[in-house]
Amino acid sequence: MNAPVSNTAIELRNVEKSFGVTKIIQNMSLVVAKGERHALIGPNGAGKSTTFNLISGYMKPTSGEVLLRDEVISHLPPYQINRRGLSRSFQVTNVFANMTVWENIRCAVLWATGQRYAFWKNIDTLPEVRERTARILTDIHLTARRDVPAGLLTYAEQRALEIGITIAGGADVILLDEPTAGMSHAETERAVALIRRLTEGRTLLIVEHDMSVVFGLADRISVLVYGQIIASGTPQEIRANPKVKEAYLGEEAA
Amino acid sequence: MTDTPHNAAPPLPALSDRLKFYAIWLVVAAVLIVLPKVFSSGGSLTTFSLIGISIIFALSYNILLGQTGMLSFGHAVYYGLGGFLVIHTINIFTANKTPIPLPLVPLIGGLTGLAFAALLGWVSTKRSGTAFAMISLGLAELVASSALILRTFFGGEAGISANRTKLLRVFDWSFGPQIQIYYLVAAWTLIAMVAMYALTRTPLGRMCNAVRDNPERVQFVGYDPHVIRYLAFCFAGFFAGIAGALAAINFEIANSAYLGAVQSGTVLFATYIGGVGFFIGPIVGAIFVTILSLGLSDVTPVWQLYFGLIFIAVVMYAPGGLTGLIMMHRPLIRAGTLGRVIPSYAVAFVPTLAMVAGLILVIECSVYAAHGDGNPNIRAFGVAFNAASPLTWGLAVVLLIGGFVVARRTWSRVAQAWDDALVVAREKGLAA
Repeated sequence: MNAPVSNTAIELRNVEKSFGVTKIIQNMSLVVAKGERHALIGPNGAGKSTTFNLISGYMKPTSGEVLLRDEVISHLPPYQINRRGLSRSFQVTNVFANMTVWENIRCAVLWATGQRYAFWKNIDTLPEVRERTARILTDIHLTARRDVPAGLLTYAEQRALEIGITIAGGADVILLDEPTAGMSHAETERAVALIRRLTEGRTLLIVEHDMSVVFGLADRISVLVYGQIIASGTPQEIRANPKVKEAYLGEEAA
Repeated sequence: MTDTPHNAAPPLPALSDRLKFYAIWLVVAAVLIVLPKVFSSGGSLTTFSLIGISIIFALSYNILLGQTGMLSFGHAVYYGLGGFLVIHTINIFTANKTPIPLPLVPLIGGLTGLAFAALLGWVSTKRSGTAFAMISLGLAELVASSALILRTFFGGEAGISANRTKLLRVFDWSFGPQIQIYYLVAAWTLIAMVAMYALTRTPLGRMCNAVRDNPERVQFVGYDPHVIRYLAFCFAGFFAGIAGALAAINFEIANSAYLGAVQSGTVLFATYIGGVGFFIGPIVGAIFVTILSLGLSDVTPVWQLYFGLIFIAVVMYAPGGLTGLIMMHRPLIRAGTLGRVIPSYAVAFVPTLAMVAGLILVIECSVYAAHGDGNPNIRAFGVAFNAASPLTWGLAVVLLIGGFVVARRTWSRVAQAWDDALVVAREKGLAA
């Protein structure tokens, strides 16, 4: 038999990140279990986006390690980490603006379907690529906008496309950075339903400011303040935690 | 509306579409075959050959600029090295009686371009944007100055020459007459166009577009943008090498001008003026720039100045190039509102033409004033006038300023008519 497989999807071990003398992340340790929906919350400037950048390989930690399924990934470039099954979205919409919605999704499907850098195949006739792209497009409800350049979509549509690109490669660990930021109440509800459905059976780490989204979606929550995790637990535990109330939630509960 | 993955995918091209697609290439092939029958003078055959070479070169450049978003100032390096290698190859083949006919020799130019792109590209494609542009400029200077230093290979100022007629003959073609060279260039142009078009339809070709749009995001869908840029660079080098080889065969000489900054600049010009956003853009640009440079140099000594002005005008007012200008009208044609803008074009044409004529007069008179070689009765663009006469100067200034004042008003009317037409097209859902 194999050695016991741990249940950890993402793990940060004593991670530090400084820019010059400014320490953004201080001695951070975090465990996200496989299959759970884990929310990372905290005030502005707490280092949430930096944490995402460290996990996804966009930045290298100053010290400490990041592990994906018990393998150290903190030395790898983003595309290597993505190929190992971790995919992230961006807080500021980050799509291929001059390409159509269809092409945007398709770009995110290509590597996962093994096309690599092929220059001898006609991209329009690859059945697996077409099928997968069509499925994702249907999932994010953008079929009607298939041939529109991504730069011309409405804000909410671009956010949906952002999520579509993130999940299209079939990664089983998904990082979403404020997916509902700037959305109306109705749009937020639709986005949450979408996220819930699309991350079914996968691991989700989400940064979110909207507390109704966080408490409605997350199995576990970690609270980040000034670059340190001050609490980690179930929504009930977090809500009851006096340190969290004082540092963060208190202001909103008042 | 049913929202199933089955109908979410764009329809595969129907048989009729595919036939239409092949028909386009057949028409292109037919035009290339018939062209020398219609225009059979030696001058036009030479022009066509140069256009074909320029098309391949400009399309190869657009793999970088338009497809992958890399601004190179040194693309002529791969064109020139392809040309030099081919001259040497012809000489070696002739000396050894190697049984390889001339039509296959451009492939050697292509492989040379590919080899040097593969060698020099890895470092320069690490970064896009300014860093890439600067490195390309540096490499171009390096290679161009080497061409003057390494005299045994590059032949110094004079360059090296070859006789293209002494290779193995097929179908008894000696490739002495220009018509045979024309067909050689035409065949390679067709092959290169089809190949480079096909490249845009592949996974690599599409990921090149993704790197152009957003190299950062590409990393998060599993691709290394550096590898994509590098592969694009290698393809661009390969086709540039073919173009350089054909140029060397056409002129039977290769010299340091082939790899120089002017050559690199010209291909940038042609590609940009034609339009980087469309596959046919560089083709249009190559035709336009080749004809213009041959034509203008006959009618005015400062033809390069006009080139510069055209380039500036395109960059400022038509960033999509000539092709972009034409393609802008597609939604209007589909919506049937093109008729609304045509009259405004007609109205704007006259004062704009007057303004341009005034500008040309001012330029030509100034050139005379700067040169001042005695005879003020000069001809430019086929029109004779006295460049020293106050009357000419007066006319020039009136045309330029008067034309501009009137033209400005007509331009705003064009914009107005354009907006109206576009609104209708939008309502019909035919424009974004």
